[in-house]
Amino acid sequence: MAATAAAMDRRDLAWYTDRAARVLVFIGGISAVVFILGIFVFVTKEGLDFVFGALNLREFFTSIEWRPTSNNPTYGALALIVGTASVTGFAMLCSVPLSLGAALFIAEFATGKTRETLKILVEMLAAIPSVVWGFVGMSIMHPLIIRIFDVPLGLGVLNAGLILGLMAAPIMTTIAEDALKAVPDTYREAAEALGATRWEVILKVVIPASKNGLLAAVLLGVGRGFGETMAVLMASGHAINLPTSVFDSVRALTATIASELGDTVYGSDHYGALFTLGILLFLVTFVINLTADVVVRGIRKK
Amino acid sequence: MDSGRQDPGTVEHGDYAIETRGLNLWYGDFQALFDVDLGVKRGIITSMIGPSGCGKTTLLRTCNRIIERLGYVRTTGSVNVLGHDIFGDDVELVQVRKQIGMVFQRPNPLPISIRENVLFGFRLHEARLRRVTAAEEDEVLESSLRQVLLWDTVKDRLDKPATGLSLEEQQKLCIARLLPVKPEVLLMDEPCSALDPAGTEAVEELIWRLRGDYTILIVTHNMAQARRASEECVFMLLGRIVEHGRTEELFLSPEHSETADYIEGRYG
Repeated sequence: MAATAAAMDRRDLAWYTDRAARVLVFIGGISAVVFILGIFVFVTKEGLDFVFGALNLREFFTSIEWRPTSNNPTYGALALIVGTASVTGFAMLCSVPLSLGAALFIAEFATGKTRETLKILVEMLAAIPSVVWGFVGMSIMHPLIIRIFDVPLGLGVLNAGLILGLMAAPIMTTIAEDALKAVPDTYREAAEALGATRWEVILKVVIPASKNGLLAAVLLGVGRGFGETMAVLMASGHAINLPTSVFDSVRALTATIASELGDTVYGSDHYGALFTLGILLFLVTFVINLTADVVVRGIRKK
Repeated sequence: MDSGRQDPGTVEHGDYAIETRGLNLWYGDFQALFDVDLGVKRGIITSMIGPSGCGKTTLLRTCNRIIERLGYVRTTGSVNVLGHDIFGDDVELVQVRKQIGMVFQRPNPLPISIRENVLFGFRLHEARLRRVTAAEEDEVLESSLRQVLLWDTVKDRLDKPATGLSLEEQQKLCIARLLPVKPEVLLMDEPCSALDPAGTEAVEELIWRLRGDYTILIVTHNMAQARRASEECVFMLLGRIVEHGRTEELFLSPEHSETADYIEGRYG
């Protein structure tokens, strides 16, 4: 008995490994949160001086005069907001039906090799760098749009929207497919046994049962489009303008920050104004992602 | 001789709701059914018993071709339902399934309201043909739920999700949703296996009430259930039908030693 009692407080290598692993995993887990909070604090701090100082809120949201380098600078971001919104909106218009269709095909119709190949292809599409997409927009879509529609310039809402749509498609397809796959097969079986066709099963059972996941997929796609910078900078024409047709050039919030920040003086009004755009972007994407998250949680609760 | 035992072969063709001839079925390379000849008579309850993996469920699921969802299933032979070869080119699967309702092992109501569950099949089949009025739907809803003795329990929460019901109520609902399209045949795959004894008793009683109006083919692991709730009984073993006859006789004086051994619990 004494031998057993003596062994009770033994701490061997496995005990220390376990402790060390726990600490490491904790640091790993917490660091993502710390970094994101850090970025948020930094962006806010850099922009806040301007927000409470030189910023005229009314001008910011209602004027299209973005003249940060003029002798009498004005910071009207309306055109930039509209630019981002129009490009993202057009992108979703093209991308949502395509992505949901692709997800439906992969989840409900494709089998075996076709299914696996398609999934890999979609995931590969997500790995293409955005500057490559921008290049496609400038050197392939640009002349193509000029030729097909007979317009003087092919860089604009149409071009950037299509590129952005293609960029947002993989994430939407993947998330939507996950949502469709999460629908228990017993539902499909029950509906089929009642005499529903494949399409009726999808339309009346699978889509209603996965609608939250599908909505989350779309929202994540919107978030992806909203935050994209390089491709939009290259394909949108980057002209401050309220678009009246899909061929008009626009300028996006993200692209403005990317193209101007390098030329500003640290701490100047221009610098602060760009960070204010950053805060705006951050807030919008945060709200979109949060909504998507809440929506996804909504499914699990049911 | 076996007094009063009806040899399935002597009954006239039209008396069968389901009739299989030389039915073989493979899952990939594995053969699950061997040369099955089965005649299920109209208007009575036929139960299928046998040890796990003997092909009862496979045979049941072949009758409405739901087995083909798996994708790697191959069959030879024929299955006639109400006189039509369901593998034939002139038979539409949707119409076959309209005639044959199916109840699954685990209650599987759709994730929609009780009302929509009951009306799901009705809307599918009737809406293809004509406009259905709301009053008609209400009538169908009530009569279906009354037939399964569920109306009084759920009449105040018809628009609540069906998944909130107890398992027993869910299984009754799954039976109720078959009735509005007026099927001839009901296939039941161990409908009580997920239920507690009280639920089992209630659902069995319900199945017994439906006798006569429908031809019922029911798979069960529970021999007491087969004995209580069916008029004819089929004993299957290793993908073959060993014995098929009137339930009481199959249990009292089985012809084959395998049947006797199984009934007496020597294997299973």
